[in-house]
Amino acid sequence: MPLLDARDVHGGYGGMNILNGVNMTIEADEIGVIVGPNGAGKSTMLKAIFGLLHVSQGEILLRGEPIQNLPPNKLVQKGMGFVPQEYNVFPSLTVKENLQMGAYLKPGNVKRMLARVYEFFPPLYDKRHQPAGELSGGQRQMVAMGRALMAEPDVLLLDEPTAGLSPLYMNEIFERVKEVNAAGVGILMVEQNAKQALAIADKGFVLAAGQNRFTDTGAALLADPEVAKSFLGG
Amino acid sequence: MDKTRTDTVAAPRRFPLREALLFLVLLAAVLGVYGVMGAAYSTRMLVEAACYAILALGLTIQWGYAGQFNAGVMGFVALGGFCAMFFSVPVNEAFWGSELPGELGRVLLYGVGAVILVVGACRLDRLGVPKKLRTVIAVLLAVVLYMVVISAFREVTDQIESRADFVGGLGLPAWVGWIFGGALAGGVGYFIGRICLGLRSDYLAIATIGIAEIIKAFLKNSDWLTRGTATVSPLPWPVPGPAEVGFTLARALYFSVTAVLIAVIFFLLHRAYHAPWGRMIRAIRDNEVSASAMGKNINRRRLEIFVLGCILMGIGGAVLGSFNSLFDPQGYLPLNHTFLVLVMVILGGPGNNLGTIFGAVAVYIIWLMSEPLALFLMELAVSFGEGAFGWDAPTNLDSRALQARVLVIGLLITLVLRFAPKGLLPEKVKHVD
Amino acid sequence: MNELVFFINNVVIAGSVTGSIYAIGAVGVTLIFSIMRFAHFAHGDMMTFGAFMVLLLTTLFPQAGAAIGVPTPLIMLPLAMVLTAALAVGIDRAFYKPLRAHGVKPIVLVIGSLGVTLMLQGLIRLFAGTGGESLYVDDRKEIFRLALPIEGVRVPVVITEPQLYLFVLTLVAVVGLHFFLSRSRLGKAMRAMSDNPDLAQASGINTNTIVAVTWVIAGGLAAIAGTLLSLDVTFKPDLSFFLLLPIFAAAIVGGVGHPYGAIAGGFVVGFAETLAVFNWSVLLRPFRDSLPEWLSLPGNLAFVGTEYKIVVPFFILVVILVWRPTGIFKGKVI
Repeated sequence: MPLLDARDVHGGYGGMNILNGVNMTIEADEIGVIVGPNGAGKSTMLKAIFGLLHVSQGEILLRGEPIQNLPPNKLVQKGMGFVPQEYNVFPSLTVKENLQMGAYLKPGNVKRMLARVYEFFPPLYDKRHQPAGELSGGQRQMVAMGRALMAEPDVLLLDEPTAGLSPLYMNEIFERVKEVNAAGVGILMVEQNAKQALAIADKGFVLAAGQNRFTDTGAALLADPEVAKSFLGG
Repeated sequence: MDKTRTDTVAAPRRFPLREALLFLVLLAAVLGVYGVMGAAYSTRMLVEAACYAILALGLTIQWGYAGQFNAGVMGFVALGGFCAMFFSVPVNEAFWGSELPGELGRVLLYGVGAVILVVGACRLDRLGVPKKLRTVIAVLLAVVLYMVVISAFREVTDQIESRADFVGGLGLPAWVGWIFGGALAGGVGYFIGRICLGLRSDYLAIATIGIAEIIKAFLKNSDWLTRGTATVSPLPWPVPGPAEVGFTLARALYFSVTAVLIAVIFFLLHRAYHAPWGRMIRAIRDNEVSASAMGKNINRRRLEIFVLGCILMGIGGAVLGSFNSLFDPQGYLPLNHTFLVLVMVILGGPGNNLGTIFGAVAVYIIWLMSEPLALFLMELAVSFGEGAFGWDAPTNLDSRALQARVLVIGLLITLVLRFAPKGLLPEKVKHVD
Repeated sequence: MNELVFFINNVVIAGSVTGSIYAIGAVGVTLIFSIMRFAHFAHGDMMTFGAFMVLLLTTLFPQAGAAIGVPTPLIMLPLAMVLTAALAVGIDRAFYKPLRAHGVKPIVLVIGSLGVTLMLQGLIRLFAGTGGESLYVDDRKEIFRLALPIEGVRVPVVITEPQLYLFVLTLVAVVGLHFFLSRSRLGKAMRAMSDNPDLAQASGINTNTIVAVTWVIAGGLAAIAGTLLSLDVTFKPDLSFFLLLPIFAAAIVGGVGHPYGAIAGGFVVGFAETLAVFNWSVLLRPFRDSLPEWLSLPGNLAFVGTEYKIVVPFFILVVILVWRPTGIFKGKVI
């Protein structure tokens, strides 16, 4: 049974449909990467999965259980974590408090998971008493991912985790994503840096105009000349 | 919300059935009051309702057109009332015949001089004085000069109070006071608007509540200017008074003046609403970001509309003050002069001038009629309570019955916001496909 | 030295008293603002309601305090806090929640809260009448006069019993609030929601619970502030309009959404008020004889008369809005 299975998802804001039938499947230990041009509905798809957007048609299954249109706090309980692209930390809370908020629904986890998150992201340990708003962009992204990991999710949704970061931090974040995945967390992420992202992806989804254009393994998509020509900048 | 919109889009030029029906009901209510309470009382009610309609129009352009919430209508009404009093009351010879006007002028000149000095001190940094030092000098100078001027001022005002009672009026026709009432209210509105309109809308509400209480405190305690709690009366009317032509006719004449005033304001507002200026105002209200992206000077337009609303409130307050023929600063209450107007606007239809006038008259009738009704219900309850349980009713029943009206107004505000946020006659938003 | 004691009595003590009351009120306002993003104008009436509950309970059981030797109103305060908190949650459910669910602009909530103000005012006056009443129904207000052991000082430092309780209660409330916000899970969740409501929801924080908790805290604090004010002077049903401006000025001075700022702002406004109405010529009197001839000292050197006290918070509000709209501690929302 796949970890996350989205079938023919339609949805949008108000009357406007942005998703016109998207299909996505990832297994428990996989990294899935969504790429595509601006306005293709990449972030919208993540929001639809996380219940932030009304799904008008189609279904989304988490380990075979339908979850479409459940509120976010229910999804967190069911083992899903979400890291928004912007505004993804609590700026006036300290790093440690940010992480604690991630385990809000599982207060028993806090001690054990804090230790694990500090293992994943060592820089956070040194800054744990600093307000998250004072950190650099890359560190903030670590706080955001750490916050989502605190609830011990089975699948983590990342919305453009490397947006606006310097190349150095970008590599660092990709490394962390791989590590988190190696620890047994399924990943579904939207990325602008398509080549780098597909390089670590087990599955790649190229979206355009709210529909799947190409769906294959990351390596196969990278090798496909048509994908390279139209979506990876040659 | 969407329902009314599609409705107005589909039939922009339909027969105004809703309007006609509501105004017919209103007419019936007015006639009913005439039948029960007599012509003199009912005409007075109509005049007061007309004055409230001017206030409500002022609020509807602030809240309905531009989304600005003025929670201090009372202050602007009181300013209008003060101007109506100050300009029309006869000249006080005891004051003007003495050396007191000169003294007062001298102190006011001191004040101007002090302001110039402080402003000058604020510019000291241009002469090479360090900024920190300049601030210290300016603040110290301001404090000291303020003390000097205010002490001199207190002396003069005490003199005026003990020797001439108060400064008296200017003995001009009532309408001069109305114009200046509008101007003064507009000036205060400009001051508040400059400070608050660029910030969150909550701040405007807080600041207007504050300025209203300050204006009231000033008018109440400046005995030298307003006689304070001793009140000033009578205020002359622009039409023959009751003493010359009788109550009903005099009030009817006054009513015709207010009716003309409302017609003029209504016409001008109608023109402005449909002019490019009005469209711009509504564009800013509905979508501030895109309006500013189109290069509209948002804060300037906001300030214009706020000041315009305040001017109308000042005029309405002045007309109301003249009609009451009594200037009593303590009579200005947030309930009667802010919240009643607010209910008129949100019930009638914010942004819809016709709806606002309807709301003003309808709510005012209900307001007046509720007083005897509340008392009646109270007495009924008491006699029932005494008969059934031997309940010993409190003696201050009358004043408590009036508190029921506070409760009802509050309930009305929350209910209308919840169930009819567009009012009985909603603003017609025209959509062009 | 007598003048200095006079200054302590009239400025230091009086300023701390009003400052404490404003601070507790402003904390409630600022918490509501940071969670629900609107200026809650009915706060003054929640304070009045809390004090009214204390009055009611004290009148019903006037002897309750004598058993353990404290004034009855203080015994009744916890109960009144619970009642006021319940009222606050109830008002939110009945009036604000439906408006929020409609997704209205914050200013509509402000108008709604004015409607609630009127309802509470009407209800309280309907039952309590319009006059003032002392909360000390069956107890005596004790007044402590501390004669200073300094030569030539005749005037004692005067402090009343309720003022002492006021300082203690304010301290307890502030420390309690601090620990709640910085240590407890709910308190941190509250700060998180004030920082970023969407992310709080994405973290699984139940925002409805946080809203309810905010009202409970704000209601409880309002009951404390209202009771302390009524203990210090008397209970009056129409306090609220005069409380509104100083409390909001305090919240804005401290930076809206910033609880510690609100406490500081409360004391700033409280002391500014007492300093402004203080007659400074009293302090200058000892130097009267050494002043030059041309500088005669007027008898009244107060900045404003007590009747214009309300000008002070307004002036502070205007200055802060012009000079630094985010407040001295950099609030979140303008």
